[in-house]
Amino acid sequence: MSDIFEYLNTTFEEGLSYNEAETGQSWVLVSAPTIKEVCKFLRDDEELRFNYLMCLSGVHYPKENELEAVYHLHSTIHGHTLVLKVRVPEEEPHVPSVESIWKTANWHEREAYDLVGIHFEGHPDLRRILTPQDWEGHPLRKDYEQQESYRGVTTGI
Amino acid sequence: MKTEVLTQEADKRTMTINMGPQHPSTHGVLRLEVTVDGEVVKKAKPDIGYLHRCFEKYAESLGDYAKVVPYTDRIDYVSAINQEMGYVIAVEKLLELEIPERVEYMRVILAELQRIASHLLGIGTFGLDLGAFTPFLYCFIEREKILRILEKASGARLLYNYICIGGLMRDIPDDFKTETREFISSFRPKIDELNELLTTNSIFIDRTANIGVLPEEVALNYGASGPMLRGSGVSWDIRKNDTYSIYDRFEFDIPVGSGEVGTTGDCWDRYIVRVREMIESLKIIEQALDQMPDEGDVQEAVPRRVRPKEGEVYVRTETPRGELGYYIVSDNSSGPYRVKARTPSFVNLSILPAISKGALVSDLVAIVGSIDIVLGGVDR
Repeated sequence: MSDIFEYLNTTFEEGLSYNEAETGQSWVLVSAPTIKEVCKFLRDDEELRFNYLMCLSGVHYPKENELEAVYHLHSTIHGHTLVLKVRVPEEEPHVPSVESIWKTANWHEREAYDLVGIHFEGHPDLRRILTPQDWEGHPLRKDYEQQESYRGVTTGI
Repeated sequence: MKTEVLTQEADKRTMTINMGPQHPSTHGVLRLEVTVDGEVVKKAKPDIGYLHRCFEKYAESLGDYAKVVPYTDRIDYVSAINQEMGYVIAVEKLLELEIPERVEYMRVILAELQRIASHLLGIGTFGLDLGAFTPFLYCFIEREKILRILEKASGARLLYNYICIGGLMRDIPDDFKTETREFISSFRPKIDELNELLTTNSIFIDRTANIGVLPEEVALNYGASGPMLRGSGVSWDIRKNDTYSIYDRFEFDIPVGSGEVGTTGDCWDRYIVRVREMIESLKIIEQALDQMPDEGDVQEAVPRRVRPKEGEVYVRTETPRGELGYYIVSDNSSGPYRVKARTPSFVNLSILPAISKGALVSDLVAIVGSIDIVLGGVDR
């Protein structure tokens, strides 16, 4: 994975940093404004050809006041994988959508929006997906407080 | 079908109807908002979330890695062993744990038995969606035999909680091997019967060939996996291409769709991939039974205390419906900081709008059936 980062670094001078993990998998941190460009490059470059977005997850880090979008990429052509991360502040959680690059991001981004509250800019249909449209709050935030009643029905707290 | 007129557009040609939330072909709670022009589907929009059980929220609030295992069973309740296995492997990877040989073989045998059981259900109900009742009964008789074997080992019929971090809950019963071998020899001729009833049946071919065609590039772009992806002609199986557990020790083929009776990537191709995968699973089970060591404590490597170091993993395994990925973030506490389950049903269902345009309403039933979704896996 560090090879792929070196290769990426020659194309993108700014907005990338590599994080070597002691346990588990390492990742590349990408700044929010460049994520779409980086993803497009990752998909189209002959050497990389990341044609498969395996997973997109949202994570909340309350200590840093940040939300994180994690992208797990894979290339069925070359057989390599890559983990990308984008960190955005809790108050303005805007991340450019990669839906136009991998269609599968459509539902994954909707889920991350629904459960963690990341706003994916440029998503064609950014609605809640697992909870009702008029649900309050984002359930997978660490400081989430469940609403007491929903449409006059108690939610059991 | 329960239909209800929602809107009538100005040109009075199209109409939006609800298919579901409860519909015999959706095998769970799924609402499809279908815009039709007569019998032709103009647009089909899935609306999910009715079954949402907050798996991820539970997992993160339990504060114990081991306690999450029973909840993973409920993600896709017709292939619970495969769901457990993926999660357990992910945690073991975080812990950098060595698993005893015997346990690895047992897990593979259980996972492949479960794959056959799950495909039998998928195939049987797919036929049922298209009006074929007899194959459904045939499939369920065979599936029952597998459930009996799994029940004898784990004590449960559907939600096993049998695989645990580092090993298995208990050893397999003494007659497990003989019973499994008996099942294999009795099951092989049944597949031929099934082929006669469904695969080569001309009505079945008419209802499934050239319908819901999913081209290779679209499948990859949408992140399709499992039989859905292989039906489109992509030879991609995590067990082989990104191998885990001990799958690299077995010889088996990856069946792919090739448009034998229609177009590559149609409903028939997705169906036939499942049928042929069952035969491959039988091969794996036979090899595993031969190679499995007879002695060994299945609880040997089970850790007293599960507390991985800070770090994160994304581990994917091949379940009957495709790629099941667990993204787990550890903050060095006794429970996961974040668990995301990337389920194949969720991703495969998102392709439905792309492949149902222009189909007839009755074809839509075939398309939904051919995806073989389990709504528990979609909503988690």
